[in-house]
Amino acid sequence: MWDYTEKVKDHFLNPRNTGVIEDAHGVGQVGSMACGDALKLMFRLDAEGRIEDARFQTFGCASAIASSSALTEMIKGKTLEEASTITNQDIADYLGGLPEQKMHCSVMGMEALQAAIENYKSGGEAGNVEKTDSRVVCSCFGVTEKEIERAVAENDLRTVEQVTHYTKAGGGCGGCHSDIEGIIARVRSGLAQGGPTRKRPSKLTNIQRIKLVEEVVEREIRPQLKRDGGDIELVDIDGPRVVVAMRGACSKCSVAQFTLRDVVEAKLREFVSEDIVVEEESK
Amino acid sequence: MEVYLDNNATTRTAPEVVEAMAPFFGTEYGNPSSMHNFGGRVKKHIDEAREKAAALINADPAEIVFTSCGTESDNMAIRGALEAEPDKRHIITSKVEHPAVLSAARYMKRFGYRITELSVDGQGLLDLNELRDSISDDTALVSLMWANNETGVLFPIKEAAEIAQSKGVPFHTDAVQAVGKIPIDVKKTPVNMLSISGHKLHAPKGVGVFYARRGTAVMPFMHGGHQENGRRAGTENVPYIVGLGRAVEIAAANIDSEFKHTKNLRDRLESALIEKCPDTRLNGHPELRLPNTSNISFEYIEGEAILLMLDNVGIAASSGSACTSGSLEPSHVMRAMGVPFTAAHGSIRFSLSRYNTQEEIEYVIKKMPPIAERLRSMSPFAPKKGA
Repeated sequence: MWDYTEKVKDHFLNPRNTGVIEDAHGVGQVGSMACGDALKLMFRLDAEGRIEDARFQTFGCASAIASSSALTEMIKGKTLEEASTITNQDIADYLGGLPEQKMHCSVMGMEALQAAIENYKSGGEAGNVEKTDSRVVCSCFGVTEKEIERAVAENDLRTVEQVTHYTKAGGGCGGCHSDIEGIIARVRSGLAQGGPTRKRPSKLTNIQRIKLVEEVVEREIRPQLKRDGGDIELVDIDGPRVVVAMRGACSKCSVAQFTLRDVVEAKLREFVSEDIVVEEESK
Repeated sequence: MEVYLDNNATTRTAPEVVEAMAPFFGTEYGNPSSMHNFGGRVKKHIDEAREKAAALINADPAEIVFTSCGTESDNMAIRGALEAEPDKRHIITSKVEHPAVLSAARYMKRFGYRITELSVDGQGLLDLNELRDSISDDTALVSLMWANNETGVLFPIKEAAEIAQSKGVPFHTDAVQAVGKIPIDVKKTPVNMLSISGHKLHAPKGVGVFYARRGTAVMPFMHGGHQENGRRAGTENVPYIVGLGRAVEIAAANIDSEFKHTKNLRDRLESALIEKCPDTRLNGHPELRLPNTSNISFEYIEGEAILLMLDNVGIAASSGSACTSGSLEPSHVMRAMGVPFTAAHGSIRFSLSRYNTQEEIEYVIKKMPPIAERLRSMSPFAPKKGA
């Protein structure tokens, strides 16, 4: 069973703003029944250009319905300019988070909103997301290069699996995995060169911090140490203080102190937070 | 009210089974291989369980091996049969097998094996001619399920096993969903190997049976001590084996009445839901299937949403939708049957057991239609009412 927050359950079981607006100013539809989820978003503006009513129709799982419901609540009362800044992460945050495998539901919400705004601005044209201006990478789910690039940049994605969770790309036959890897590498190198700044988590709870430290050690640090016959073990995490034990070749290595600072601490500062201090377990 | 209609996933451990197991967590802790009385007493119970398991499928007790689960039994059959015929490099199975067979067979590709996955038609039925044509001199094993876990559709195992037998190829059947629900007689059905799972027939999780006909070459999968006549090493899981013995005893004694009971309730549920909910379709052959399983697609709506709304009113079922399969595509069984994606995403499996009551079924019949209607009212694809 999926681990949904109470807020997701509430928006799923008691969805807000379902239905149709007959004289909508903007309508956006994304997804398809074959893909397993689809969302049609409609809004009406008041005399001052604020969204006075927003409604949705959704085919999809609980998190797709909850994301749609949340989105309509979030955009009500906003100008189109304000609404257009809403990202998929904002939708997920509003719901208290979504399981990573379900992040594509929040992406669908963001895309439907953009399509609806585009539809309004173009006077009723382009109600569906215009995909023709970008190459289709995943033909199973019809996901374009642009959509993948955007998801990688905005959500700081690193792996093909994550891209699949966020966009569905690569979730079918798997034939586009190397293509997606290429896009991730390209977008990430752009990020490193001062492109749009990557969102490092702004504030972390203790549990999030511990999980993130563990992830970074597994993903970024351990493989590097293992190449040199070493290994690392997490001993304790206490606020910004991370205590580790060096194992294998690292435990006897004369330059282990440098590894500790230049690799372990540097990576944790990069991916977790600037104030991380790494110490070696006292023997 | 809580209504459990997910018995193809797992069943309630029968209270009689729990009772039978209890002494083996207490005073009866001996190792059945030991020479002393502590062990001897326990061994007697293992032997009895073996006899009961054999009786359920009309096998010889010496042909019964206890394992840890149905998946182990399936893996044991595939690996054990292939290793016994190391020169043959071809396996035949079907597209709709349980992952315990399908993944285990596909894994063998990396060791140079060729896999033929037989297709099924729109009702989930097998084409025996395709099986006949697929068998070659290089075929080491045919493995076909007796009953499908998602649809309940039955394969013609007797005919399929006879075809394999006539060509001298060992035949394995994953009978995890069938045993205990329909009569099975290995004296009349020439299968060489057969898998049973305890927890699908009211024994606890963690115990299974591997049947291997006398004379079938199967190399052991687990090596170690000489338990189970040297065919499966490891100290016997005594309480669970005793529990399984009690469970199969009950299943054998009640197989006819249980068949009728679950079939009556299933048919009532199915016909009422199809009548009350527009745009539904039954997945799988209406007759050639288990008495307890019904797989219905609710078009224009998605399975996970249906399941969670059912769960919210205390009803447990399962779905072949992408969101519940943990992947992005609907179930491989639905796809193999050619069920359109639009219907596969909204497929719901109801699977019953002896413990379900008429009252429970009427409750589901009352609760399900408004859920379908509610989700459809939210769906952009549902046809407009009255249109």
